[in-house]
Amino acid sequence: MDARNFTFMFYGFLAAWLIVLLYVIVLARRGARLKKELEDVKRIAGEHEHADRH
Amino acid sequence: MREKVAIGSAVAAAGLLTYNLYRMFMVLPDEALQGAIYRILFFHAPAALVGMVGYFVALTFSILYLSSKNFLYDSLAASLVEVSLVFSVVNIVTGSIWARIIWGIWWTWDYRLTSALVCILIFFGYLIMRRAIDEPTQRARLSAALCIFGCVDVVIVYKSIEWFRNQHPGPVLDFRTGGGHMDPAMQTVFGLSFLAILLIALSLVLIRTRQEALAREIDSLRRLAHTAA
Repeated sequence: MDARNFTFMFYGFLAAWLIVLLYVIVLARRGARLKKELEDVKRIAGEHEHADRH
Repeated sequence: MREKVAIGSAVAAAGLLTYNLYRMFMVLPDEALQGAIYRILFFHAPAALVGMVGYFVALTFSILYLSSKNFLYDSLAASLVEVSLVFSVVNIVTGSIWARIIWGIWWTWDYRLTSALVCILIFFGYLIMRRAIDEPTQRARLSAALCIFGCVDVVIVYKSIEWFRNQHPGPVLDFRTGGGHMDPAMQTVFGLSFLAILLIALSLVLIRTRQEALAREIDSLRRLAHTAA
């Protein structure tokens, strides 16, 4: 294989996968936050319902 | 089911990418003038194409939302725009690194590059606008309108290398030129790269759509809690 400009080719590949990886991390964090938020909202809604009964 | 498809797509993409990396480095001939760096093409252009496909599918869902007012279509459009934007950024960053070697500059205000940057800015604006509007119907309606507007620029990005002769090279793939501009072995690797990136995008869109559904559920529970209070 011709090794000319190999370093910049490596930078290109690295940049491409780093951007995708960064997005996957953002997605994972957002997913965890949404799950926690859903549990909190469900708990609060449950407390409201419980208070209404009494 | 959705999770199984997302995992299946990601695994298939990983397998394809591994095979394709082998072909890229061990099988393909070198490019006479550029050396190793021409291999950026196999991520640069497929990422752009996947982005464009994503924007147009988002356009379809935006139109479907406007005609049906079904929020599922709005969620799908928003997920597609976000994932497509990631691949548009991959396209422009890898292009810039390639340009540094081939043109001697990181950036130029060429028709293709400028329209691609405008496309990124429009769809980035789309995502910011969605965060800024709380009322779901208004958010979905304005998002659909902006998506339709943004897709006009996507057409300009796609056709700019045919309409204007500038710094960026013209089309080389057989389906655009009719053949003779690119080695068939390179086109096979290009096609496999496109397929692998498309599968990654599908997997990400499925995960993102699930998150949109969760956000809608949280929103409706909050409204219920407010009404009850």
